[in-house]
Amino acid sequence: MPLLPAGRRHRVAFILNGVAVEADCEPRALLSDVLRHSLAATGTHVGCEHGVCGACTVQIDGVPARACLTLAVQVEGAALRTVEGLGTPDRLSILQQCFREEHGLQCGFCTPGILMSLDALLRENPSPSEQDLKENLSGHLCRCTGYAPILRAARRAAERLKDAEHA
Amino acid sequence: MKPAAFDYLRAATQEEALEALARAGGEARILAGGQSLLPMLNMRLARPRVLVDIMRIPGLDGVAVEKGSLRIGAAARQAALLARPGLAAEQPLLAEAMPWIGHAQTRSRGTLCGSIAHADPSAELPLLLLALEGEVALRSRRRARRVAAQDFFTGLMSTAREEDEMIEAIHIPLAHPGEGHAFAEIGRRHGDFAIIACAARVREGAVRLAVGGVADRPVARAMPGLDSPELDAALEALGWELEARDDLHASAAYRRAMLRRLGRAVIARAAAEVR
Ligand code: FES
Ligand code: FES
Repeated sequence: MPLLPAGRRHRVAFILNGVAVEADCEPRALLSDVLRHSLAATGTHVGCEHGVCGACTVQIDGVPARACLTLAVQVEGAALRTVEGLGTPDRLSILQQCFREEHGLQCGFCTPGILMSLDALLRENPSPSEQDLKENLSGHLCRCTGYAPILRAARRAAERLKDAEHA
Repeated sequence: MKPAAFDYLRAATQEEALEALARAGGEARILAGGQSLLPMLNMRLARPRVLVDIMRIPGLDGVAVEKGSLRIGAAARQAALLARPGLAAEQPLLAEAMPWIGHAQTRSRGTLCGSIAHADPSAELPLLLLALEGEVALRSRRRARRVAAQDFFTGLMSTAREEDEMIEAIHIPLAHPGEGHAFAEIGRRHGDFAIIACAARVREGAVRLAVGGVADRPVARAMPGLDSPELDAALEALGWELEARDDLHASAAYRRAMLRRLGRAVIARAAAEVR
C-alpha cells in the first residue's frame, strides 16, 4: 500500500500531451500547480481554486476535469491533455481556429479551460444541440465575451469538424 | 487556497482503507472523486492528517441492481451512472435530476457516495436519496450496517457516519410501477448548488415532497394531494418549519415563496404522470 508521507516530495509519473513526464511533489500539491510550476505547462490557468470558474479544466483520460480539484498524486499513471496538446500558434486546431474567427476570446483567461471542455464534448457528441453547448459552458465563467461568440465558435467548429470527417 | 499538509494513502483494498480509518481516530478522510473534499481542503475548512484514496480499490465502483434496489458503490462516478443504459427506467427521478448535479466537468470525477458523505444541504444527491427513501451502507473494521437516509443526515454537513466508518455503497429503490415523479431546482447557474430544490413522488394519491437548500439538511414530508385545499397551507407551513435562512444568494422570504411555487409545480408534474 503506497503511503506518501506529508511534507516530503514524491515522484509522480503520468502522460502529458502524449509525452511521459515526472514531477516531484508533496501529497498536498494540486495538479494545476504541478502542471504550471513543475512542468512549466502554463497554458492551464488558475482562477478560483475551488472548482467554480473552470479556468483550470484539463482532460484526464479523455474526460474534462478540474485540475484545481485534483491532487497531482491522484493522476499517477493517467493520460492528461492540456491546451498545449491541442495545437501550436502556427497550427491551431479547428476549434482554436474557430475561436479566433468568431472572437471567442478577449483576454483569454477562461479560454484554455473552455477549449478543453468543448474539445471533449465535440469528440463525444459531434452534433451538440444549443442546449448541450450551453450546459457544457455552464461549467465555465467568462468575464469578457458574454458567451455568445463562444457559442458561435463552438457551432462553427462542430460544422467544420464534420466537414473534415467527410472530406 | 492550498491544502495543508497530509499523508496520502493509496489503498489497494477496502481492508486497508478501513484499517487506516481505524488507526487515524477521526483524523483521516476518504478521498474519492474529490469534488466536495478538495474545495474544503483548498479553503482549509478541512485539515485531515491523512487522506485515504479509495479509487484504485478493485470493484468499488460497481453499480448493480440488487434486491429491488440500485446499489451504487463508493467509487462509482456521477458521469458513469448518468451514462448507464436503462437508468431512466430503473429510477426515472434519479435520471431526471442527475444532470443538475454540478457540471459535466465535475461529474466526470465526482462520486455519488462522496456527495452523500459530504452532506451539503444544497446538494442534489442527499435530497434525492431522501426523496427515494434510500439507504447508506457503512462499514468499519468493527461492523457493517445500513442507515436509512432519513436517519443519516443529522445536520449541516453532518451525518450518522462514525469516524472509523466509510460509506461503501448507497442503495436506491427502483421505481415503483404506477408512481409519478418530478424534480425542479432554482440556482444561479445550471449546475451550481441549489437555492432551493424540490423532488416529488406521487403514488396512489400519496404525495411525498423532499426539499433541499432551505434547512440545514434535506427534509421530506407527506403532503396533501394536488386537488386538496390544504396543499397551499401545508407548503407555507413547511417553509416556516424549515427555518429558511437569508444568505448571499436569496432571502428567507424568497426561499419560502419559491417552496410554495416549486413544491406545487413538482407535485403537479408528478401527479400528471400517474393520470
Ligand atoms: S481554478 Fe479550478 S475551477 Fe477555478
Ligand atoms: S475571454 Fe476574458 S474571461 Fe473569457
